[in-house]
Amino acid sequence: MARAEIAARTLRTDRWWLPPLTTFVGLLLISIYAAFRTFQGDYYWVDQYHYLTPMYSPCLTEECVPAASHFGQWFPALPGFLTPPLLIIPFLLGFRITCYYYRKAYYRAAWASPPACAVAEPHSKYTGETRFPLIAQNLHRYFFYAASLLLLVNIYDAVSAFSTGLGLGNIILLVNVSLLAAYTLSCHSCRHIAGGRLKHFSKHPVRYWMWTQISKLNNRHMQLAWASLIFVCLTDLYVALVASGTISDLRFIN
Amino acid sequence: MSYQGKFRVWRGDDSGGALEDFTVEVNEGEVVLDIIHRLQATQAPDLAVRWNCKAGKCGSCSAEINGRPRLLCMTRMSVFQESETITVTPMRTFPIIRDLVTDVSFNYTKAREVPSFAPPKDLAPGEYRMQQVDVERSQEFRKCIECFLCQNTCHVVRDHEENKEAFSGPRFLMRVAELEMHPLDTADRVDQAQDDHGLGYCNITKCCSEVCPEHIHITDNALIPMKERVADRKYDPVVWLGNKLFRRS
Repeated sequence: MARAEIAARTLRTDRWWLPPLTTFVGLLLISIYAAFRTFQGDYYWVDQYHYLTPMYSPCLTEECVPAASHFGQWFPALPGFLTPPLLIIPFLLGFRITCYYYRKAYYRAAWASPPACAVAEPHSKYTGETRFPLIAQNLHRYFFYAASLLLLVNIYDAVSAFSTGLGLGNIILLVNVSLLAAYTLSCHSCRHIAGGRLKHFSKHPVRYWMWTQISKLNNRHMQLAWASLIFVCLTDLYVALVASGTISDLRFIN
Repeated sequence: MSYQGKFRVWRGDDSGGALEDFTVEVNEGEVVLDIIHRLQATQAPDLAVRWNCKAGKCGSCSAEINGRPRLLCMTRMSVFQESETITVTPMRTFPIIRDLVTDVSFNYTKAREVPSFAPPKDLAPGEYRMQQVDVERSQEFRKCIECFLCQNTCHVVRDHEENKEAFSGPRFLMRVAELEMHPLDTADRVDQAQDDHGLGYCNITKCCSEVCPEHIHITDNALIPMKERVADRKYDPVVWLGNKLFRRS
């Protein structure tokens, strides 16, 4: 027996193309901004107030401003146009790219697989995540571990900036790490590691409690993914503007 | 408050068919299934439609309304504009029998391929004891009414007929998850999910969750946890080493 003969790719009458288009444009703009700031190699540290942008943290090469290298300078200066963030971005990017929410977002928006529910995809063949390279999405938990370590570094940066007093930049850094922490903790791999992999919650009450709390955050994973991503860019922009002298930091104390 | 609503309904069988236009009376409080019944009663007595409870619990009247997979009985007419032309078509993923009725036996074949609940061998019926917290994850999946809207909307089989052999679809991967998370089930479901039911085909684009009339979190609570369990088993050397060192099964 054959399927019903319906030629139209979709009969949806709503604006199904709007969410994938919005996602695509949003991710594209953020990628362009992040690439520009990564290769700019400057205006990442405000010496007066100890603000370090999360995009350059930790700053681990000898070309970093010494005061910005909170954890030392482990590597020699990178050659040519290469900049310090290139050492950490693969881990942060890997965490976002293999994230279960972002997978949905870019499979729909960038690869049209499918572009929206009940809208036919343009590809003639589909193997999903069964083979290389997409089978590597299963490495998400390792990027989660790496991102968690980098989050601790960001928290250290945000807290240590309070040593110079209190300004708007401190508040921005604090909100930024809060959003990053919420996004990282709400990760599906984190939920699984905390307790999801158990078969008997009743035998592990602490892990069950952790799983229930993470599940609440996990319900907002998409919102946290966008909020944290946009706020990292805004934080970086603020630090860049203060570091370049374009604006001055609004100080509350000192 | 009645009005004359404009409808386009797919009529035909496996030899061909087309959308036909109808104008049908719509009354306040009605759902799309009411209109289809009125159409049968007044203009198209041979129109085929499968339905049963008219309460969103039997899962029979699955179709596509304005291109969106939905239950005919749970789609209120009040969500549409009076001037709108409403298109009603059969589910696309399954072979057509006639008009709005499809052959959903693909799903019964896949259901039979999932090994049944396997309690410990020394536990007799009536002796099952389990904690509520242990079983409630599986209970969410028991809300499924088997309308197969998730199977219909999943692009893995909707857009690729050739994947039907390897991929069981969200409904039956959820069934595997239900058993895997059941505190008394002893069967090994993880390898089954990946190797026999094609979990790797799922790219978690969440259409199954979007169309579920029972609002089951199919992707977040069944498919992704199963993918993580598969990652534990097949793709995580740290978990493998931990299992070896601490002699966990």
